[in-house]
This record gives sequence, C-alpha cells and structure tokens, in this order.
Amino acid sequence: MYGYSGKILHIDLTERKTWVEEKPEEWYKLYIGGVSMATRLCWENIEPGCDALSPENPIALANGIFAGTPVPVGGKYGLASKSPLTGFIGDSLSGSWFTIALKRAGWDGLVIHGASEEWVNVFVDDKRVQFRDASALLGLGTFATEEAIREQLGDDQVRSATIGPAGENGVTIANVTNDGRQAGRTGHGAVWGSKKLKALSVRGTQGVTVADPETLMALSFEITEASQGPHTSKYRMLGTATNVLNMNKLGLLPTRNYQEGVFEDAELVSGEYLDEHHKVKVIACAQCPIACEQMSIVRDGEYKGSMTGIEYECLYANGPNLGINDMRAIIKLIETCDQGGQDAMSNGVTISWAMETFERGIFTKEDFKCAKYPEGFEPNFGNGEAAVTLAEMIRDREGIGELLSHGTRYASQQTDKERGTETYQWAMNIKGLENPGYDARALKTFSVGLAVGTRGGCHNRTAAYDPDIKGVTNRFTVDETRGKVAASTEEYAAVYDTLPLCKFIRRCFTGKADRAGAWPMIAKLINATTGWDFDYDDVDLIGVRAHTIKKAFNIREGWTRADDHLPYRWHHDPMTKGPSAGYVVTEEELEYLKDLYYEAKGWTKEGLIPKEKLIELGMADVAEEIGV
Amino acid sequence: MTVSAAAIAKFQYIDCDPEKCVGCQLCEYACSYTKTGEYNTYRSRIRTVRAEEVLMTAIACRTCENAPCVTACTRDALTQDPVTGIIRVDAARCDGCAWCIEACDFGAISINPATKLAEICDQCEDEDEPQCIKWCPKDALVLTTPDRRAQRSRHKLLTEEVAG
Ligand code: SF4
Ligand code: SF4
Repeated sequence: MYGYSGKILHIDLTERKTWVEEKPEEWYKLYIGGVSMATRLCWENIEPGCDALSPENPIALANGIFAGTPVPVGGKYGLASKSPLTGFIGDSLSGSWFTIALKRAGWDGLVIHGASEEWVNVFVDDKRVQFRDASALLGLGTFATEEAIREQLGDDQVRSATIGPAGENGVTIANVTNDGRQAGRTGHGAVWGSKKLKALSVRGTQGVTVADPETLMALSFEITEASQGPHTSKYRMLGTATNVLNMNKLGLLPTRNYQEGVFEDAELVSGEYLDEHHKVKVIACAQCPIACEQMSIVRDGEYKGSMTGIEYECLYANGPNLGINDMRAIIKLIETCDQGGQDAMSNGVTISWAMETFERGIFTKEDFKCAKYPEGFEPNFGNGEAAVTLAEMIRDREGIGELLSHGTRYASQQTDKERGTETYQWAMNIKGLENPGYDARALKTFSVGLAVGTRGGCHNRTAAYDPDIKGVTNRFTVDETRGKVAASTEEYAAVYDTLPLCKFIRRCFTGKADRAGAWPMIAKLINATTGWDFDYDDVDLIGVRAHTIKKAFNIREGWTRADDHLPYRWHHDPMTKGPSAGYVVTEEELEYLKDLYYEAKGWTKEGLIPKEKLIELGMADVAEEIGV
Repeated sequence: MTVSAAAIAKFQYIDCDPEKCVGCQLCEYACSYTKTGEYNTYRSRIRTVRAEEVLMTAIACRTCENAPCVTACTRDALTQDPVTGIIRVDAARCDGCAWCIEACDFGAISINPATKLAEICDQCEDEDEPQCIKWCPKDALVLTTPDRRAQRSRHKLLTEEVAG
C-alpha cells in the first residue's frame, strides 16, 4: 500500500499497554483519513451511550492521505471523540507538523482508550510508545507545554498535541492544540483532561513514499505556484479577518450576542485595521504555501506584548459579539484562549450570553466576584477588561467561570432552573455547540445546514453560507431547492475535511472551486499518492461517506429529528438594523427545510438512514446497527 | 554564534530571508525528495528552525572559506571545491563520527541514520537549479555570496531607516 502504512496504533491508558491493528486497503478506500477515518475509528471503539468524559469514550486520530508529502495544505489530521458539549460526534481538524510526524512514525491513525490515574504525556517514538510522567508540565500553557517537551526530549523535531490549563481543569469548552493550531471545537480538551492526558508527542524519522512521486511532484508544484496568485490573495494578505467588514455590510456580523448584525465600530475591529496596527508576521502551517495565520501583537496599553494568530471566527466572537471595539483587548482575549487551551468561539459566545444576562438584570455585580475583583465587576457589552477576566475565570473555573466553563446550553439551563428565568432564549448554540460568525436569520439555506449539522453550530461543516452570500440562492427566502443545496455543500466540505486539504486551496486547481473544477485534480493527487484508480465519482463519494458515518454515530447515540434545531433567538427575535433587519427563520420554515434536506439525503422523514442506502455506500456493518 | 573572520567566504550559498520565510518546510520536502526519493525532513540538507512563534528561517551549508568542517574531519573525508566552495563527502572515508557536525556553527550538516554518512547541501549540482529555491513559495531562498548579502542589508537599512 502506498500513502498508508496500513497500521492503526491503539494505546490503552488504563492498562498502559499498546497494540497494533492492521486495516485492509478496502477500508482505507472507504474512509480515506481526516474526520471520516477518525469518526469511523471512534465508532468502532466507543462504548455506545457512554458518558463523553468516561474512560469508555476513545480519542481517535487519523492522518491525512497527503500528510508528509509536498501536496500543498495536506498536512492535516482529524480528531474524533464523543463531544461532552453535544453528546454527539465531536470531529475536529487541525493542521501542521504533528500529523506529519505521526505519518513518518508509521501510523495512519491512533486510538487512545481508557483513562490514566496520573497525568501522562504519551510519547510515540517511531514504533515505541512511552508513558511519561507529565506532572512537570501541569499548569503550562499550550505553546509552553510543547516547548517544554522538546526541551525534555532534546529534539526540536518532536511534535506534540497538548491541552492547556483549561483542559486540565475540566473546562468543557477546552480544546487541543498542536503547533499553534487547534482541534478547536466540541470540547476535545475536556475529553483529554478526563483521561489525564496532558500531551501526545510524536517523533517520526522514517520517510514517506508514494506510488508515483514524479507525477505527485509535478502536480504539487503546479498547485503551489497557483497558490501564490489571486485565488488565495485574500487569505495571504489579510487572512479571514477581512470578513468583518463584508459581514457587517451584509448585516450578518453577530453583534452583542447576536442581538444585531451590524457593529457601529466594525472598522476598528476589521482585518484591515489589524493589518495596519497589529500585524507582526504571517506564518504557515507545515506543508502550506499559502500562509494565512496573521500573527498580531498588542504594542501598547495594559495588554502590551500579547500576541496570537487572529482569524475571523475568533475575532467576531470576542469582538463585535461582545461589543468590544478595542483590538488590544480582543487580541488579549484570544491569546488567553489559545494559551489556556479553550475554544475561542465558544468562549466569546458564552461570555456574550453572560453579558446579556447581566444587562437584563438577571446577573448582578455580586455574581462576578473573583480574586482579582473581590467586590465583583460589571460585565457590560464593550467592557474588554471584564471579558478578559471572564475568559480567565472560565479557564480556572473560578466563581461564575465554573458555570460558564460548560458552555451556553449548560449555563442557561442551570440558571433557568435555579432562578426561574428564560435565559435559554439568548443562549446561542445548536446541539450545545456555540454558533459561528454568520447570522442565519437572513441566510436561510445556511440556517438548515447549521440546524442539521452533526456537530452542532458549525459553519465549516455545512458551508451553506456560501450560496446564500454569493446570491446563488435568495438568502431571505425559502424554496424547494434548499434541501439539495444544503446537502450538497455539506458533502462538498466533507471531502476537504476527510482528505484533509485546507479549503483555502480550493480555487488553485483550475481556478474554479466547484466539484467540476476540483475533483478531477484531487483524483489525480489521490492516485499518484496511493496507486489507486479514483475518478470524479469516487472523490464525490468520499464526502457522502464521511457525512454518513458521522450521522450514523449520532443516530446510535440517540439522535432524533428534534435535535436538529436553531437557537430560540433566530426563530423569534428579528434584528432591527442593517440589510438583514426584520428577518427570522420561522419554526414552520425550519421544519419544511428539514423535510427537504432529509429527502435530498435519501433518508426517512424522521431523518434516519435506510439500510439499502448504507449498503450501497459499502457500509453494511453500519446498516446492521442503525439502518432502517 | 561565533564565526571567525576567515570563515566569511566568497562562495555562493543558499540564504534564507527570515522576513519572507513562513516556516512551511516545503524546502525540506523538495530537498529530501531530490536527494533520497522520500519525503523526510530528517533527511533534508536544508533545515528550518523556529525560535519563537514568529521567528523562523531555513539554513543550509554556508560554504565557509577554510571550512571548519573540512579541518575538523579526522579522516580527511571532506574536501571543498576550490571554485564553488561546495563541500564533498568521500563515502569511502566518512565513518559518521560527527566531528564535522560539532565544527559547523550553522548546524548545516547531518548524519544519514541508515548509511552513517555526513550529508551536506551541494547546491543541487546535478539538477538544473537548487530545488529548495525552486519550491520555496515565498521566494525566501536565494543563492548568494556574503558580499551580495551585505549589499542587501545596506539597501534595506537605507530604505527602512532613512526613508522611514
Ligand atoms: S540546494 Fe539542493 S541540496 Fe542544497 S539544500 Fe537546497 S535542495 Fe538541498
Ligand atoms: S520553503 Fe521557503 S518559506 Fe517555506 S520554510 Fe523553506 S525557506 Fe521558509
């Protein structure tokens, strides 16, 4: 087999033992890598129905098919566990050196079982596995942990995925970081923390070989050259932060906990402002010729010296969404999340829920007592220092930070139970995962894409904002085409998430990002890597299968149609300003859209998957468990 | 870093501009593939280094004049081409003892774990052009001499500090 070793490494933290599982080539052809393979490994190894924070929930990791080769932006991996935030599949992607080291160590994927009694750093040193005492690493931030491990092991090519203090402290919105990149969403850091796994380190010294290196080099070079042109200039020059002004213009920029879609100070928190006042340098993920990470620094004031990479999702969540117009506070906030190891998006959206709850008089100053402010503080929208303090309190689960550390769904339910309030009405999550930076009230195709999303409120997995924003579909209305559109964008995105390739490369194959523009080239890359004979249809099926295994996972965990929902606010509270004012997605509209979507997928009205459909996809064993 | 004056040479070498380098490592892929047929950064003759999150560069052999690695080699396995300055390794003599690695201030030499031979950048003598330069997407790599490098620094100083 080329491109794969055919081997999955299993590591049991309870027993401190390891074993190797060999997978047949046919299995790889179905699940490929990334989120698809990681979810499949999780499916095979989890105890269905288990508590996400119990030893029965495995950590599954799958390399990309192109990791360790010169295929641009192919250095990515998928990470999957049951999510403690949603109770459904938590599948994340992260980039960079870590996955390449794992590939070079000779493993296509890892499954980590059980839980350790003591804090542990698992070190995969090519074929050997060491369980190293991690007590000296406790309390260190994510980047510092990686550096400390390299120092301990005396090799600057050792790569680690780590949790920060948030994950150690049992914060549910904690994430996993490697090389300054995050497997950011759905609470992986909490799962790692529940297993006392502080870090997973890898040294891989073997070479990666492919079936047809000459072709692969030629194709990769072509794409690399194209990636320096106009197709990626947005990402290279300003990064995704440039979306701030675009979204603001469309009235879709979540502002003050999604109360509005225009922010009066958008200029001050724009990608353009960031570029002019804060940018230090642009850096790349491993194996990436684009380089989009805009490293930004605070040069003066109270947060002087804070530095981190800024992209749109973190920026909207911790900027306009909190009513904050001071970029210095925003950088500090995001740095606090990145170093502490917590999901900056969930962080921002949870804090915005707390701010609104405060402004409505349900929380008072008393509720915000902490060591730094023993008398409490007043977290009004726009108060940067209050937001920074709250992010720290979440990380440390201090005071009200304990409530907030479990995300908006838990925090609102708990508050409503204790105080008889209805704060759930502005808890902006889907399935328990906090929403992304596009307001779905006036993006109707996107609204169903988000509602049905297997991991909750995630723009990346559905990608249905794209036709709405581009005007391919009318974003303000609903019609019978939308089910198909949402199914199609979601499966399109799943191809990229499975290979995985970063979606920013999508226009560099032929200039056109659609299936016809990209799939033929992707098929060639797969064939040169593996020696297989994939064509357009095979590439397309990668996405269908990836999405199907995630959905199957959720069904086995008890998913029902009612779980495909939108936050209360998007049904009931129209915005009052800007071009998207006045719109909501009514409950009838959503139910209609769900019908259309399930039908487009070939599922039942209840959203379940027919047996034949699964068998057709080569997933007969899945059909047996959850097919109808 | 201590580099004696004698070590500053007239020969060309691969130089990286840290302001342009984004740390993608594609140069290492290109080099290891060219030299070994595999993708393996441990086998690259150019190496990226990263000191902080935003501080990175790539380093290959600097073709020092009176190269200290040549002097350090106890088995006379290294010779320097008098015209190009490229350091050549005599496979019959090299025994992988790593004295050359200790002598190199730039960390530009490595030992092949399989053959136990020293490996040094040869500016891709056998190819049309240095492959790392060809692949670097940010044009951070150039073949330069110390003199040209100095000119570049002076030019930069002028534009940045004088012109503001
Ligand atoms: S010039 Fe050739 S041998 Fe030297 S570092 Fe570049 S690719 Fe490697
Ligand atoms: S290819 Fe160029 S930008 Fe990338 S690491 Fe090497 S020198 Fe830096």
